[in-house]
Amino acid sequence: MKTENLQRHPDSYIHWKLDIQGPIAWMRMNVQTERGFRPGYILKLNSYDLGVDLELADSIQRLRFEHPEVKVLAFTSAQDRIFCSGANIFMLQSSTHAFKVNFCKFTNETRLSLEEYAKESGVRTLAALNGTASGGGYELAISCDEIHLIEDGNAAVSLPEVPLLGVLPGTGGLTRLVDKRKIRRDLADVFSTLAEGLRGPRAVKWGLIDASHAKSKFDDKVKERLAQIAASATNAKVGAGMKLTPIEATGDERTRKYQYVTLEVDDAGRVATITIDAPSSPQPTTPDELRKVGDQAWIVKAWRELDDAILQLRLMNETVGVIILKTRGSADAVLAADKLLLDHGSDWLVNEVRLLVARVLRRVDNTSKSLFAIVDEGSCFVGSLFELAIASDRSFMLNDGDGKVTLRVSPMSDGRLPMSHGISRLQCRFLRDPPQVARVLEHTEALDADAADELGLVTFTPDDIDWEDEVRIAIEERASYSPDALTGMEQNLRFAGAESVETKIFGRLSAWQNWIFTRPNATGEHGALTAYGKPVRPTFDWKRT
Amino acid sequence: MSTVDLLAKIPNNVDLKGDKKLQRALEEWQPEYLKWWHETGPALHQDKDVWLRTAIDVTAEGWAQFDYVRTPDYRWGIFLADAVPDRKVQCGDHFGQPAWQEVPGEYRNMLRRIIVTQADTEPASVEQQRWLAQTAPSLMDMRNLFQVNVEEGRHLWAMVYLLHKYFGKDGREEADELLRRRAGDPDKPRILQAFNNPCNDWLSFYAFTMFMDRDGKFQLAALAESGFDPLSRTCRFMLTEEAHHLSVGETGVQRVVKRTAELMREHPGKDLRSYGGVPLDVIQKIINYWFTYSIDLFGGEISSNAADYFASGMKGRFREEAKETEHTGLDQGKVIPVVQDGKLVNREVPLRNAMNECLRDGYIQDCERALAIWNKELEKSGVEQRLTLPNRRFHRHVGEYANMFFDYEGNLVAKEAFDARKAAWFLTDDDLAYLRSIMKPCLEPGKVAGWVAPPLKGIGGKDMNFEYVRL
Repeated sequence: MKTENLQRHPDSYIHWKLDIQGPIAWMRMNVQTERGFRPGYILKLNSYDLGVDLELADSIQRLRFEHPEVKVLAFTSAQDRIFCSGANIFMLQSSTHAFKVNFCKFTNETRLSLEEYAKESGVRTLAALNGTASGGGYELAISCDEIHLIEDGNAAVSLPEVPLLGVLPGTGGLTRLVDKRKIRRDLADVFSTLAEGLRGPRAVKWGLIDASHAKSKFDDKVKERLAQIAASATNAKVGAGMKLTPIEATGDERTRKYQYVTLEVDDAGRVATITIDAPSSPQPTTPDELRKVGDQAWIVKAWRELDDAILQLRLMNETVGVIILKTRGSADAVLAADKLLLDHGSDWLVNEVRLLVARVLRRVDNTSKSLFAIVDEGSCFVGSLFELAIASDRSFMLNDGDGKVTLRVSPMSDGRLPMSHGISRLQCRFLRDPPQVARVLEHTEALDADAADELGLVTFTPDDIDWEDEVRIAIEERASYSPDALTGMEQNLRFAGAESVETKIFGRLSAWQNWIFTRPNATGEHGALTAYGKPVRPTFDWKRT
Repeated sequence: MSTVDLLAKIPNNVDLKGDKKLQRALEEWQPEYLKWWHETGPALHQDKDVWLRTAIDVTAEGWAQFDYVRTPDYRWGIFLADAVPDRKVQCGDHFGQPAWQEVPGEYRNMLRRIIVTQADTEPASVEQQRWLAQTAPSLMDMRNLFQVNVEEGRHLWAMVYLLHKYFGKDGREEADELLRRRAGDPDKPRILQAFNNPCNDWLSFYAFTMFMDRDGKFQLAALAESGFDPLSRTCRFMLTEEAHHLSVGETGVQRVVKRTAELMREHPGKDLRSYGGVPLDVIQKIINYWFTYSIDLFGGEISSNAADYFASGMKGRFREEAKETEHTGLDQGKVIPVVQDGKLVNREVPLRNAMNECLRDGYIQDCERALAIWNKELEKSGVEQRLTLPNRRFHRHVGEYANMFFDYEGNLVAKEAFDARKAAWFLTDDDLAYLRSIMKPCLEPGKVAGWVAPPLKGIGGKDMNFEYVRL
């Protein structure tokens, strides 16, 4: 197993500066060219790699939990004449395909979390583009509520991927153009093939940005707007926040042990096992108690640890194909810990914890590895952890005959931890029989294998004679299939129901962008991405598919 | 006069009379151009007769017709050098194929960018030189200034012609934008930084036309090799005019050096400030400033744009066809010193990516030739000091060496070390104040200011005593 420290803290950010002035938070991008996440490329012109985006993701998470006073978050660049030129092309050229896609996925999740921060946490976000924003730079801007661009005769917004690189804007740029900003499709078409992009006034006219200001007035105009937003914000968050301390883990080649989560990787078998432990000590039951315990509360810590474990698997362990999800400990303790979220959702901090759990679950949903839940003796797939069982592609529940192995559904499954397309995992599961959702939610008692099977909550319920073989064979079989076919299949099956911008983004990332990235026209010997920055121009295979 | 009549008076060899599309575009643009000339062209003497050269065709006689003319009435024309029959693409992936007579769609955006960037420098220099007439050291110098100005204006016309003729609505909008940007205006600056720097004294003007216009010469020469034939023909004709600007600059600095050398000989060991001359170190500082900004104009040392321009055949090397033997630029490298882990190391980069550096090499050589001539003036007067060019890494704002600090010899140094020497390398406030104090107009025919030697010869068949501007 390979691991990296993915934890970041504002005190040691390399590429960003988080500056909070009362209700206004500034994120200033100043990418250090020589300090890439990996060696072999130089991060010129505020271009980014995973290291840069990890800091961005950390800052958004931290603002949510640590800074209730913030009413507006503004992004800008600390470099002259450039806001951000997107993902670093030379980093992409030198990365494996698997890493590229997982990098794109992570950047998408970060931008979606930024959008969720605006929508669910009542903070307005603003991109103050003090220079050109191209590619991923514009994709960051378009993830904000409003975009202001400097007019200096030079600064533009652009998505140059198609004409320059033969790939697509991989961080949801195209989808957000037409679905979020609702740009007319023909204009979006022109914009997406114009390498140099559009400058202020026309970009406003086309709806690509919200305002443009002359260079000499830009700072003042942006400050004025931020002050205006801050002054009109009404949603004062009562009560303190909580500090997020680093997630710590110990381990060896096979195991990574957090406090509540254990990750084991069998490299040869390409299988990882994640085990989540229930809390073993009393957990906060009121917002006040939560504030006292802070991020050490199980409902915060266990999910943050799971988040880190999933990212370690995605980014560092490309060949792992199957994730076995297990739980251990007291079901009652899990339900008691969940109760805080059920009883005190109106408290802003409790609500942030719920949003965190929901985000981690969506990160699980969007992981391109097969997910198998193992409901066995000693497990506690109840309440919030039950969501992991139905987030899985398949579940195996031991039919022990004497009702010791159970799972329990709670109101945590009634839609408060939504999937990427806004519906609950139960709704997604029972699209063929929608009333079944309500029937399941009525069964809050412990359900043994037969009952769970009857309600349609588990896939297989082998008895203890068959159990070991069936589970082993299923895992081995799964790990042997084509990883590409599985990624495509799972992406198709997991998100039944109406699409959202979010599912479109991930679906298209998994399919189109993924496909274009691996085609010879992009990454072949003479492909456009390969040729970028090199002395030869690309040559294309002209067949349309 | 109506716009239609004005159009009829535009000298051209592009069949303006028969080109409705071009006429319509120019009808809108020409009045805006004149407005721009009035607002930001020469601040003085737009109503005075100036002995100017006008191009009325591209023949040996036609391109240099001398007469008195007021600058706003100057007949800005549109000329292409004669077509080379059966011309081929000179370089890159399309080498040897017929040159394009229309814009190839796949290179449209690239070409437009090349043309707009070149075009933007033309009006910029006019704006930068706007106030110089009020301190002209002689009538002939003033006349030369106006000549340079009107021809930079004509070069703008030449580029606008390409935009109007070949780039449709986008081209018209870009042509309008060229008149809206202003040198040094923070809100709508000219595209290249060096064209926003002030040029307020005559020593700077000479250095500007020596160094910045010489960059223009090399850029135009590289574009004259373009596989897009109309661009090639436009640039070839522009080069004939550009040569005059270079000589104004080169001989201008030479005249200052000559005068300084004379004063140094007459007053050995004395501060020339007491004698109204320009101290040699001030000349050196002006060279340091404009030379370093001018080499920025060539772009990054390692550049994917440069590779694309060459590969597509849109821009060649200096005298690509005449001088080079291999025209694909593939499978060859060029060694460029780059900074890695705090040290300068040589890196071999693919030749195509180093095309900016190739052009810069030729430029620096050309500058050294001029330096040698200037140093001859010092030698003739028995002055031991010599003028030099700084290393190409010194004081850079674009490319590999930007945002780092190099000393005059090109060694990587700390910011503090650089800052400590700044006053020795660049004009101080005192230097500037002194330069301003000696820049008094000298407007009597045949006379010249005391800080500069007289011109070497007259212009357009006239001698030094001629009334080049009727004030």
